[in-house]
Amino acid sequence: MFSRKELKKAILTSLWFVFLTMPIMVIKVDAIERTIYWRWLNSLYMAVGVFTVYLLIRLYQHRKNSRQSQAGESGPSVGFLHRLLQNPRQRLLLFAVVGAVVVIFPHFTSTYQVNVMTTALMYVMLGLGLNIVVGLAGLLDLGFVAFYAVGAYTYALLNLHYGLGFWAVLPIGGLFAALFGIILGFPVLRLRGDYLAIVTLGFGEIIRLVLENWGEFSKGPSGISNISRPGFFGIELPLEQAILYTYYLMVLFVIITIFVVNRLQDSRLGRAWIALREDEIACQAMGIDKHKTKLAAFSLGAFWAGIVGVMFAAKTTFVNPASFTFLESAIILSIVVLGGMGSIIGVIFGALILILLPEYLRALSEYRMLAFGAILVCMMIFRPQGLFANIRRHYHYHKKDSSEHDSSGQDFPKSQPS
Amino acid sequence: MDYFIELLFSGLTRGSIYALIALGYTMVYGIIGLINFAHGEIYMIGAFTAFIVATVLSIYGFPLLAIVIIAGLAAVVWASSYGYTVEKIAYKPLRHAPRLSPLISAIGMSIFLQNYVLLSQTSDFLPFPALIPDFAFMEPVAHIVGSTDLAILVTTVVVMLILTLLIKFSKLGKAMRATSQDRTMATLVGINVNRVISATFIVGSSLAAIGGLLIASHIGQINFYIGFLAGIKAFTAAVLGGIGSIPGAVLGSLILGLTESFATGYVTSDYEDVFAFTLLVLILIFKPSGLLGKAANQKV
Amino acid sequence: MTTPILEVTGLTMDFGGIRALNAVDLEVNSGEIVALIGPNGAGKTTFFNCITGIYRPTAGDIYIFRPDHAGRLSLKGLKPNQVTERGLARTFQNIRLFPKMTVLENVMIGRHCRTKSFLFGAVLRTRANRREEEEILEMSYRMLEQVGIAQYADDNAENLPYGAQRRLEIARAMATEPLLLLLDEPAAGMNPQETIELDRLIKEISRAGQAILLIEHDMKLVMSLSDRIVVMDYGKKIAQGNPLEIRTNPAVIKAYLGEEVNA
Repeated sequence: MFSRKELKKAILTSLWFVFLTMPIMVIKVDAIERTIYWRWLNSLYMAVGVFTVYLLIRLYQHRKNSRQSQAGESGPSVGFLHRLLQNPRQRLLLFAVVGAVVVIFPHFTSTYQVNVMTTALMYVMLGLGLNIVVGLAGLLDLGFVAFYAVGAYTYALLNLHYGLGFWAVLPIGGLFAALFGIILGFPVLRLRGDYLAIVTLGFGEIIRLVLENWGEFSKGPSGISNISRPGFFGIELPLEQAILYTYYLMVLFVIITIFVVNRLQDSRLGRAWIALREDEIACQAMGIDKHKTKLAAFSLGAFWAGIVGVMFAAKTTFVNPASFTFLESAIILSIVVLGGMGSIIGVIFGALILILLPEYLRALSEYRMLAFGAILVCMMIFRPQGLFANIRRHYHYHKKDSSEHDSSGQDFPKSQPS
Repeated sequence: MDYFIELLFSGLTRGSIYALIALGYTMVYGIIGLINFAHGEIYMIGAFTAFIVATVLSIYGFPLLAIVIIAGLAAVVWASSYGYTVEKIAYKPLRHAPRLSPLISAIGMSIFLQNYVLLSQTSDFLPFPALIPDFAFMEPVAHIVGSTDLAILVTTVVVMLILTLLIKFSKLGKAMRATSQDRTMATLVGINVNRVISATFIVGSSLAAIGGLLIASHIGQINFYIGFLAGIKAFTAAVLGGIGSIPGAVLGSLILGLTESFATGYVTSDYEDVFAFTLLVLILIFKPSGLLGKAANQKV
Repeated sequence: MTTPILEVTGLTMDFGGIRALNAVDLEVNSGEIVALIGPNGAGKTTFFNCITGIYRPTAGDIYIFRPDHAGRLSLKGLKPNQVTERGLARTFQNIRLFPKMTVLENVMIGRHCRTKSFLFGAVLRTRANRREEEEILEMSYRMLEQVGIAQYADDNAENLPYGAQRRLEIARAMATEPLLLLLDEPAAGMNPQETIELDRLIKEISRAGQAILLIEHDMKLVMSLSDRIVVMDYGKKIAQGNPLEIRTNPAVIKAYLGEEVNA
């Protein structure tokens, strides 16, 4: 199956990694007790692990090459889920099943599980918001968490000082985050892609550091506690029901988000975003105002993050700057990249996988961030389009003069099974 | 006055360490146009390697000079091996991918390496042994300028000189400059571009490792997260000087080091890091080509 | 009677110390096909980039005459999208399509500047928005039919054969309803058969009343298409006239064949 040369390379590679990981994985010193722990077993694991992974990657490449030479230049295969979604009857069935599961889920599990699911749904929403910016408009935003923080602190502070409730602050938090997006976006959106990424990262860190250091304003690292939970027509719910209520609210928000993003991506604005991602110069030459279009994406993404921020503050009833580090931005980015940039189902699955998996596989949770890093690298190398590639909508063209539309043509433009 | 001189030297010390890291950013950017986000982690790994080796040797009772030399060499060897491997795994397959792909891959690599060190070592701050002794001749001015400061400055100057000579006169340096101007053309005249890129990562990582060793023995403690902040600041310095420009990286680093030192000394130390980030955002917005950089024009 | 559409006077462009364009004058009248020719590096594409707002010219004026607007409109200093809005649309020498969008969507992008819906229209899908989408779709499809690539409508642009990609660029530019269509080497990289078909297509577009300014190296195509030819060399205009005049112009021959040849 593998040639001798390949096996030799696999052995050399694993030896190289044994060397590479020698000091850090093998030796552990205690400088105060002056003792050394030699963990040679790690080297053995490393050697076997790298050897196996190397051969697996070779295998994958072989298969990919032979498939390509067999099939010639075939288009991207449409995934099972996409096919399912393109058939209206199956789509309805799928939605019904998912909907039923979502509704009855809390009644079969513990409050803890409901809480975990609510968190996962928040990441779905964050992912969908960032997806507008990164996936559709192609603007790599590494400071997305800043807008999330703006939303959360808007609610925390307004609630603390003025006693404003969740529903009153929800739009304010969103708009305030969007305003921040516009203020930042205005100067930075003319920057080239990689510079934009770094500036947004810098901005995210500035917001966090200010929150940490400006104690009079934000109460510093200790944060703000006792934030009100979402109100239910003015009634204070008992804790268990409040959690349930937050869960259903989150489900509702996610549905609204999906609806909005779905409509946007097949609209005039959505097309302009994608065109901008593909080729800025051609895009401008076709009459698209680059600045305005980017700003729309950037501030809309910020708005979403702000809304989720308010939600987050209301759910945990506590905010502090430690929740808004760069790593948080990186996690949201991993969600978008893993799912497939620009793809709604992709982002949903990405968030559920990345947030729920470490939660349920406790043994794995330690390796969570390690895995996130590896996911970003591996996705870029092996599957840059993500788990679910975004497939462009096909439009049905109706001739104007034949005024009779298809019987199914009420939802225009409609998708077409391919 | 003494206070001023103290701040001046601490600024220069900071600046020269930023410079050692910033050079790696600028060289890599000059050659493949990538913000090597994982560069800060290479520096962190250099510091950790030095820490482990130095502690082991000191437990076995080696003399200080031997410890410094062996730990320094180990830091350079392992950091450059990591730099080389990171490039091969995370960037080389993406050479012709859209511009943002290698950047995302670099961010992934950075997070991965941080957590790799966290999991294999510890998340606590570790006490770094004082590798640089207090020189006797520095005694009279020791309250203003520490021996470590001096050692850092001298080492940095020597390293910079070697780097300049390498780039100006060696065959590799010429190949690097050619590759950074036009990669396709460099290939056509017979330069092995892949080897030049690998060499750039090795040189940049070695410099970062030296920086890691110096700063760790200066500050006296390390943890897995030191690479992130140092990396961002060095990147800020590289951009300030004009990314891609080697003298620019040094100039930018010194300016950043000095301003940070004076700002924290005379104004407030609460916002030390905010300051660097704000500077970064402002330069990128108002003068993205930096002090000594060239503005790039896209061809249509 | 012909009326002017584009009027460029004294257009000059410096890159550092190099003068890429030196006081170039040019005008295009309605219904005309004008060709801009010259050796490589003569400044033709720079000229395009200057009048379409991609570069900001050092000196000179660019005016467009719109039928719905009295007098002339200056295009100087406008951004590329504003220039397109005012009625110039272009193609690119090295094709710049949106590779991951479908062919139809590529053309729909061309309709962007003639339509208005934004955030709320898109989300609420109002009646006005639906009507607009329908119009965009219809017009875009018609463009594809006109350039003869309607059968590819749902394919991704990156999967099109080369000749079809060039046609798609033309369709996309046409979708912006330009007063003047700018084609930057439309026949570059085409085989003789494709070039003949392109010749036919451009003539068809022109017959419908579209004014065209094109840069082209294929002399057979230029001579067959153009009403007028403008020749550039070293950033200067060195000659202009109808194809016959240009063919026999000594300055042109010198520019193309070099100093030592006496015409």
